[in-house]
Amino acid sequence: MKSVIADGLIKTYRNGEVKALNNLSLDVEEGTVLGVLGPNGAGKTTTVRILATLLKPDSGHASVGGIDVIKHPDKVREIIGLSGQYAAVDEILTGYDNLVMFGELYHLGKKQSIARAEELLEKFSLTESAKRPIKTYSGGMRRRLDLAASLIVKPKVLFLDEPTTGLDPRGRLEMWGVIEDLVKGGTTLLLTTQYLEEADQLADEIAVIDHGTVIARGTSDALKKQVGGEKIEIIVSAENIKKTQEIVARVTGNKTTIDEGLRMISAPVTLGSNALIETLRELDAVGVHPLDVGLKRPSLDDVFLSLTGHAAEVKEEAK
Amino acid sequence: MSAFQDIRIITQRQLRLLTRVPEVLIFSTIQPVMFVLLFRFVFGGSISTGQPGGYVQLLMPGIFVQTVAFTLAGTASGLAEDLKKGLIDRFRSLPISQSALVVGRTLGDSMLNIVVLVVMALAGLAVGWRPSSGIVKVLIGFIFLFMFGYALSWVGIFVGLSVADARVVQNVGFIVTFPLTFLSNAFAPTTGMPKVLQYFAEWNPVSTMVAGCRELFGLENIFGATAGSFPSENPLLTSAIYMALIMLIFIPLSIRKYKNSSN
Repeated sequence: MKSVIADGLIKTYRNGEVKALNNLSLDVEEGTVLGVLGPNGAGKTTTVRILATLLKPDSGHASVGGIDVIKHPDKVREIIGLSGQYAAVDEILTGYDNLVMFGELYHLGKKQSIARAEELLEKFSLTESAKRPIKTYSGGMRRRLDLAASLIVKPKVLFLDEPTTGLDPRGRLEMWGVIEDLVKGGTTLLLTTQYLEEADQLADEIAVIDHGTVIARGTSDALKKQVGGEKIEIIVSAENIKKTQEIVARVTGNKTTIDEGLRMISAPVTLGSNALIETLRELDAVGVHPLDVGLKRPSLDDVFLSLTGHAAEVKEEAK
Repeated sequence: MSAFQDIRIITQRQLRLLTRVPEVLIFSTIQPVMFVLLFRFVFGGSISTGQPGGYVQLLMPGIFVQTVAFTLAGTASGLAEDLKKGLIDRFRSLPISQSALVVGRTLGDSMLNIVVLVVMALAGLAVGWRPSSGIVKVLIGFIFLFMFGYALSWVGIFVGLSVADARVVQNVGFIVTFPLTFLSNAFAPTTGMPKVLQYFAEWNPVSTMVAGCRELFGLENIFGATAGSFPSENPLLTSAIYMALIMLIFIPLSIRKYKNSSN
């Protein structure tokens, strides 16, 4: 069963001048995670806002848990959780106060709200800072609390809009851990991100969006195959290019690309580090000393380059 | 009714913010108290009132009204702040009554007014304010002041949602409230103003409120060119009509705006 369906969504801003969504369609199978991957301004936030009943599309249909988001927004709100790219908790109140307040707003009643708040604080390792105002929290703690607030009633469908944007690497890893645990529990999740790595780590399936429409969709593996997965890149002096290219081609068994300007030979690989070691050994054996070597994982830019032929344009997110 | 419960929770949140950031409460009280002292001692000596008890008797109703009028700016900037931080999105994604957030905010902000009015009244009493009409009428006066602040906080909701940038909102709030409070009878009798302004001041809701409070506090109102006009003769009725009009217009407008906010 599809838990989330968006069909032909169109949304323009400023009287049609800015096209945020241009016939966007996607769906999420119940109990799975869909990663919506795209650069700033691609329409990720707009999509989430429509699905979470905060925004009405100009045209198109959308449903969450089988309920039409445009016709019955109040019913949809009962089954969703939303955690946005800006930590939407009250900064002045404490973490505990925030969760109890949201619990009460979900009509849990005071007693149950308190119990649930304590449970969630514990689960997200926030018990120690529960009685401190949110403004004293680190970025990662804020996001965790924000996520906790969206889980108060165990939503059937969860929307996370760029949950790790702006976090430092440690905060990001912590957040991934938390999200992975959630997903194990069978929550249907739609997650937007700018990072291929993040979508790769968390999502069952990825939808790549650009200019308000889905341009590719598939599992992370399928997508990476399309993009080319990992690549090794070796820079050598000009006279060694030919020799190096032969070795790389033999070791990887793949087609190589030569960038004459950079004097860089690159080739897609499957077992990156093994291929790299093997290549270096062979180069050493024939006396070629590379100036620089690297193993490159595909980035969002690579996905975009291979899918659209242009780099991921970064423009202002149309609000 | 769950809508009432939602409103109660949001109002509680507003009040809790006051206890968590006592500065807000302190500074929202210091400013009007400062005004009381400044006007009482700086202008008090040079404005002849012809009232027994001196300028402070005329001044206090004026400052009360001005202070509650500033509720508009406070509500507007607070809401704009919530909007900016994404808090409004969170509230709007909850299965709660969609108007609870704005109703709760107007109630919370008005409760703050009660505290501020009490502190100001004490400051006024300390510097010679002596309402002569008896406790009942004075209390009615304060109920009018409370309601006026409440009505204006709905204008604040509308301004906050329309402008949405907290710093700009603060300025818009002041641009709206400053001329209203000064082009009125709040601090000086209107008799010295050019005729055109006297007519504006006459119909200005701030003036009708001030005149109404003066009446309730046992003072006589002095009118120049506008003596005998409807608002001058019936300041309380006119004020009540203004408040009803403001709420009739701005409550539905603000709630609609909130439901479609950032659409």
